[in-house]
Amino acid sequence: MPPENSQNLLELVDVHKSYGSVEVLHGVSLALGEGDILGLIGENGAGKSTLMKCLNGMEQVSGGRIIYLGSPFHATTVADAVKGGIITIPQEFNLVKDLKVYENIFLGNELRGCLGLLDVAAMRTRSKELLDELGAAVDVDSLVEDLSVAARQMVEVAKALSYSAKLLIMDEPTTVLNHDEVQVLFGVIRRLKANGTSVIFISHKLREVLEICDKVAVLRDGELVSFSGIEGLDEAELARRMVGRSPSQMFTEKRLPAADAEVALEVSHLSVEGLLKDISFSIRRGEILGFAGLVGSGRTELAETIYGVRRANTGCIRLFGKEVKLDSPRKALDSGIAYLPEDRQGTGILTNFSVASNVTLSSLKRYCQPLISPESEIKAAQGYVEAFHIKTPGTETLLCDLSGGNQQKVAIAKGLDCKPSVFIFDEPTRGIDIKAKSEVYAFINSLLKQGLACMLISSDLEEVIGLCSRIAVMREGALAGELAGDDISEEAIMYLASGVHWHTSH
Amino acid sequence: MRKFKTSSFFIEYAPYMALALLLVICCISSSGFRKPQNLLNITRQVSYSGIIALGMTFVIIGGGIDLSVGSLLALSGTLGIMTMLRIENPMTGLLVAAVVAFAVGFGGGAVNGLLVNLGKVPPFIATLGTMSIFRSLTLQLTNAGTLSTSNAAYGNLGGALLCRIPLPTLTLFVLTALGSVLLYKTRFGRHVCALGSNERVARYAAINTPLVSFWTYALTGLLTGLSGFLLGGRLCSISSTTAGLGYELDAIAAAIIGGTSMSGGRGSLAGTLVGVLILGIISNVLVMWGVSANLQDAVKGIVIVAAVLMQPRKKISN
Repeated sequence: MPPENSQNLLELVDVHKSYGSVEVLHGVSLALGEGDILGLIGENGAGKSTLMKCLNGMEQVSGGRIIYLGSPFHATTVADAVKGGIITIPQEFNLVKDLKVYENIFLGNELRGCLGLLDVAAMRTRSKELLDELGAAVDVDSLVEDLSVAARQMVEVAKALSYSAKLLIMDEPTTVLNHDEVQVLFGVIRRLKANGTSVIFISHKLREVLEICDKVAVLRDGELVSFSGIEGLDEAELARRMVGRSPSQMFTEKRLPAADAEVALEVSHLSVEGLLKDISFSIRRGEILGFAGLVGSGRTELAETIYGVRRANTGCIRLFGKEVKLDSPRKALDSGIAYLPEDRQGTGILTNFSVASNVTLSSLKRYCQPLISPESEIKAAQGYVEAFHIKTPGTETLLCDLSGGNQQKVAIAKGLDCKPSVFIFDEPTRGIDIKAKSEVYAFINSLLKQGLACMLISSDLEEVIGLCSRIAVMREGALAGELAGDDISEEAIMYLASGVHWHTSH
Repeated sequence: MRKFKTSSFFIEYAPYMALALLLVICCISSSGFRKPQNLLNITRQVSYSGIIALGMTFVIIGGGIDLSVGSLLALSGTLGIMTMLRIENPMTGLLVAAVVAFAVGFGGGAVNGLLVNLGKVPPFIATLGTMSIFRSLTLQLTNAGTLSTSNAAYGNLGGALLCRIPLPTLTLFVLTALGSVLLYKTRFGRHVCALGSNERVARYAAINTPLVSFWTYALTGLLTGLSGFLLGGRLCSISSTTAGLGYELDAIAAAIIGGTSMSGGRGSLAGTLVGVLILGIISNVLVMWGVSANLQDAVKGIVIVAAVLMQPRKKISN
């Protein structure tokens, strides 16, 4: 670490941020020296992305000061921040797939030669240098589309370096990388540090934060609950600071299905070419089966196949013992299978439709006599608003005016309004705050009590472990194993999910 | 409709206020304009492209576009008259010709719908192609000439007045009302809005999106066939070169002026009717004012661009 008296690169003093009347950051203060690597952790909705946006020019703070390189920082656009040397690598990469690597690296910052024409040779050479510096074997002429995720990450880093970054903000850079790729990335980060570049490393993976960072800042519900050096900290302590209490309090006693409960959903030898390999499992009424696994392990694809969005090549699905042919979402819903997609705004809800129209979107037939009766729609929506505590001015409010958590409740109501007997939840609590989260857990439990069979796909291990008495773990499109009862642990799941023992592989 | 409330009262009712303002200005400034007969003439003149614009509104709300309607109108009108020429009995000829014109329109729309949804051809390209094909077929059928019929029943129908209102005008107004019911009160209408709003969400909500999209094109084709049949009846003839020329642009412009979002998801048929009337009134009053015919399209263009500038748009930043 740099000596204490060295001037800070970045200093946040009592930073507040409000959206309208809602304050989401309540006075965050921290400081970062040259070459520091700061881990920024916190649960979804804790304010990490908001804080990041205040730094990269997408948002302006509503109170407090940001001091960067010794003077007040006033970036009003991303371009301003970039000019000042603050570069962000977003979680969803910001690369143009149809362009070549070097074209991406210099996108918006093209080198020009005589007559203002593009100096392709110089850009290619410089790109090569940058990638070499990173130790990345990426061909500067290949299309980004053809690159692996890890290689794309390297291109993003090279792009950041081309701006001579002083502060690099990385949002969840390792979620899509495997263990070896993470180590390569860490090597790059250490080299950047040696050159005096500071890094803010936002991550959910506490182990990685402990490995790479010098300092760690923990956000909880928009407040900075701790900011300290990494020495003496361990995972358990970080987790405790993040959640503010022991994780188990979020979850109620697990419900086990009645011993004689009938099998609701039975999937046998389901295969989809290139995606799913010979998957078999069954869920009984009142039971919830968790699906854990890494990103890309085929969990969403499995859900989409059962829901009829994708066609299975082989295998069969039985509902209450009867074989069903599900080749469209309509058939799945009519047979009693509802699905809450993981990408809420992309596949779950219509943001420019009202609460009522969203709730009845899949079950509209019931509200036609034969013309749509708005009164019955509103009445139904009102019922869900009350039952789920959906915070909305009314049932005619457009969904874009609701918060993520409330949008998610509407999405669940949409599925429930089809009166399913099987409900598939895909990342039901992604991007929603703690309160909404525990409410979603309560819904799921009440559905189980009513005898629904549920599938819970989640990358949040705590959530799967907290809710499910049985957990199926997927790896590369196949079931790697199933855990139940006392065999369930984070280590056991990670072992099945990755095929490597985490503690021995370091 | 209240489903698509925009933040500002002004924006939602802008087309209606614009129409009212336009009417007042035109009535005051031109004595020729305010004659009831002239006003009725305007509604008749716009009814042909107006009927098509109703279908176009569904296509645009569903996230598509149809450039082929002008050519399809000529083709269906032409085939209607060709049928009439082969049948001696005027009434039989009229009925069979109507069925043929409707069927050709529906078939043409269905071809568009299949290309877009089965062939996955982008709507702009698919209908650009059929636009050329339909027009070219019409030219070939008539040897690039004008086709006329002496069927008296057709002429009577084309000039028919109900309570002194021309038949095409009445058709336009009745269809606007029926279309509004279809858009706001049926599953099909709701599904069209969902499709244009976000196709993936609609698909995951168990809506058969290709089928919904197909029907928007087929519906537009059917209305185009009807419009072609009515247009032919006006003078008992149809010109293969000029019939329906530019109607696709008038129909699209009317929908946009009426507040339908070019990116899909929301719109209104009453708004489209207002758009149709605004365009018709402008063309008419420019003649009354003695403005050069060459400049009329410029004024129309300004109105279209202004309408879009005033529409609420998605913010670029998130």
